[in-house]
Amino acid sequence: MNSVVLTTVARLLVGVMLLFSLFLLWRGHNEPGGGFIGGLVAAAAFVVYTLATSPREARALLHADPGLVAVIGLAIATASGLLSALAGKAFLSGLWVFLGASETSKGLALGTPLIFDLGVYLAVVGGVAAMVLALEESES
Amino acid sequence: MSWLPVACLLTPLLTAVAVFGSPRNRKLRGLLSIGGAVVLLLLAIWQLMRVSSAGALVVQPGGWKAPFGITLVADNLAAMLVLATAAIAVAITSFALHDIDEFRAEAGFDGFVHVVLTGVVGAFLTGDVFNLYVWFEVMLIGSFALMTLGAGKRQLDGAVKYIALNLVSTVLMLTAIGLLHGLAGTLNLADLHQVMAARENDSLALVVGALFLVAFGIKAAIFPVFSWLPASYHTVPITVSALFAALMTKVGIYALLRIGTLVFGMELASAASLMMALAVLTLLMGVAGALAETSLRRLAAWQVMISVGFLLLGVALGTPAGLAAALFYFVHGMLAKAALLLIIGLGERVGMAERLAESGGVAQLKPWLAAAYLFTALSLAGIPPTAGFWAKLAFVEAGLGADAGTAGTVLIVALVVASLLGLLPLMRIWNEAFCKPSPAGFAPAAPGQVPIHTPSASIFALVSLVGVSALIGIWPTLLHSLAEAAAVGISTPAEYVQVVLGIKPEAGS
Amino acid sequence: MTALLCLLIAVLTATSVWLMLSRSLVRFLFALVLVSNVANLVIFVGGGLEPLAPALVDTAQPDLVMANPLPQALVLTAIVIGFGLVAFMLVLALSSWKVFRTVDIDQMRFAEPEPDEATTSQLEEPRA
Repeated sequence: MNSVVLTTVARLLVGVMLLFSLFLLWRGHNEPGGGFIGGLVAAAAFVVYTLATSPREARALLHADPGLVAVIGLAIATASGLLSALAGKAFLSGLWVFLGASETSKGLALGTPLIFDLGVYLAVVGGVAAMVLALEESES
Repeated sequence: MSWLPVACLLTPLLTAVAVFGSPRNRKLRGLLSIGGAVVLLLLAIWQLMRVSSAGALVVQPGGWKAPFGITLVADNLAAMLVLATAAIAVAITSFALHDIDEFRAEAGFDGFVHVVLTGVVGAFLTGDVFNLYVWFEVMLIGSFALMTLGAGKRQLDGAVKYIALNLVSTVLMLTAIGLLHGLAGTLNLADLHQVMAARENDSLALVVGALFLVAFGIKAAIFPVFSWLPASYHTVPITVSALFAALMTKVGIYALLRIGTLVFGMELASAASLMMALAVLTLLMGVAGALAETSLRRLAAWQVMISVGFLLLGVALGTPAGLAAALFYFVHGMLAKAALLLIIGLGERVGMAERLAESGGVAQLKPWLAAAYLFTALSLAGIPPTAGFWAKLAFVEAGLGADAGTAGTVLIVALVVASLLGLLPLMRIWNEAFCKPSPAGFAPAAPGQVPIHTPSASIFALVSLVGVSALIGIWPTLLHSLAEAAAVGISTPAEYVQVVLGIKPEAGS
Repeated sequence: MTALLCLLIAVLTATSVWLMLSRSLVRFLFALVLVSNVANLVIFVGGGLEPLAPALVDTAQPDLVMANPLPQALVLTAIVIGFGLVAFMLVLALSSWKVFRTVDIDQMRFAEPEPDEATTSQLEEPRA
């Protein structure tokens, strides 16, 4: 698309949207957000960039093949479920580490659901990017 | 707790991931795909042995207890069908190695096959209605990709119809699930059985049941809503045709059986005559389509519909013997349909054409292929000592059973008529494609000329399917006892409920 | 609220059925978008839109109002899947247009040619 306004704003917007998507990913376990929503926001950022520039530049932005990103995401999500086997728990059980936990606070809670969400995030970004790029490239 | 059901589910999923993540090399991807299928087969054998010796395996992913979390249940029925799926998977992936062109392989064909397998295995193993929907979607997305990959005009046209009608069915299924959840407040199959059994004379449940029947009916290609099947199955590469013919419609029947017996036990009895009518009409429609068909591959598509009709006969009869016969036929049908399609795939290289009238000479060029066809056709027709004979014998015995009543008579008449008429198209293929002289361009190789080579992996695929089918024919007791155990399992849901929820169901349910 | 939603479901269903019966693939696509929203609304209404039955609430706080989370999870899943399928159907319609130069289902007879064509060409063929 050939619009000076869009190309200028897009470059600013993309960074903010990607940051916001990471924020959503991070808060997802206890508050609205999560891997899927975060992934969609990141994918939206990617779509804005694609529309403002070109599919070629958008591919360069992602650095990797979008399909591969989605596959890696799927693998990470599955692996996070398998981690619980090491602890002898059921498939997909959450394992948690509480960093700096004290009597009054749980500290920083890190767990396998976050890894699962990260996998979902990558899968959504990669999947949507693959679809949009395929459509955009077939247009030109 | 056991990891076996989870392992069966994750094997095709991880294989798909591995294929998509691997370099775009046709050979490498094909071998990965075969490897995944073999692992699935071994796991499925192990699982079936565990289940038949020690009872159903129940997994609660995430540690969520049964009515709240999603449950995976490998009972006799699920374990048996997963094993049959795995056996088909090994044959299909081996056949794909030489049947699929470079372009499709690079686009991830083998990965999508395993996506379909993940969905099928998931649908068999899940103990939750909504999860069943999700696995149906996984299967559909994989099948959509296989349908459209490398689209020529014909394939694209078939894909549009296949996808449009399947999406309608999906939406109906989702609506039914939403209403069922509103009705019962739970989606766990075992819990649903408890809740629904307590309701009486429930017209709301009947509406939901009817929605499910239409939704699964479209997936299974039952009589009035079958038109997508003959419109699409013949347009895809033969490997895809074989995969779909063996698995896709069968999953619809499975869902009908599972939800029908567990959730709508009462209502199913009142709908038995409707189901029987649908079964007979599906059967006759399939036979009529096959009789009138001039195209080879579409004739095979009608054969798929005939087997759906036979399966539905047993389900509609509803007695344990009827269900056992249907489940025996289920496995036999999967093997025979896949074998028939693979034979057509190999035959197309040596003289079979799209139009039956233009084919010929296969028996002269490839006598072993003709032998394989003759065996498969006899098995489909139900002539002893093939597996199909035992399946039809089981149907007749079920129809003569004391608990069958008039439905049993209808079943036997429909079975005999459909079997006799169904023999004609199979004989026509034999006459036209195998015995007639070769068409121009496929003349038998002159001395010194290199004969048309058939890759060993393709032969292995066909031989394994026909071989397993022959083994069942010689020694039907094993499959019969498995089918009987599975049929008893689904006709007495109390056991299922107890295993899943860990409680004794209320008396009378 | 429930009655209003039921009315909405009825109107949307009727509209999508009408669209689906049209011969245009694009209209079918719109019908699909509508009807998948109908399914989501049915789950919502069926699951009880108002927070009637709290699903998981701490017993120490009996007055805590909490909606049933299950229908919401179902609807979210259904939206995600529906989104993917509609996107797929859109691409399919696009490539159909590119290949066939039509979106009229009646003119798409490549997989199943007209029956009279098939029989006439069969009659012309010499029987071996």
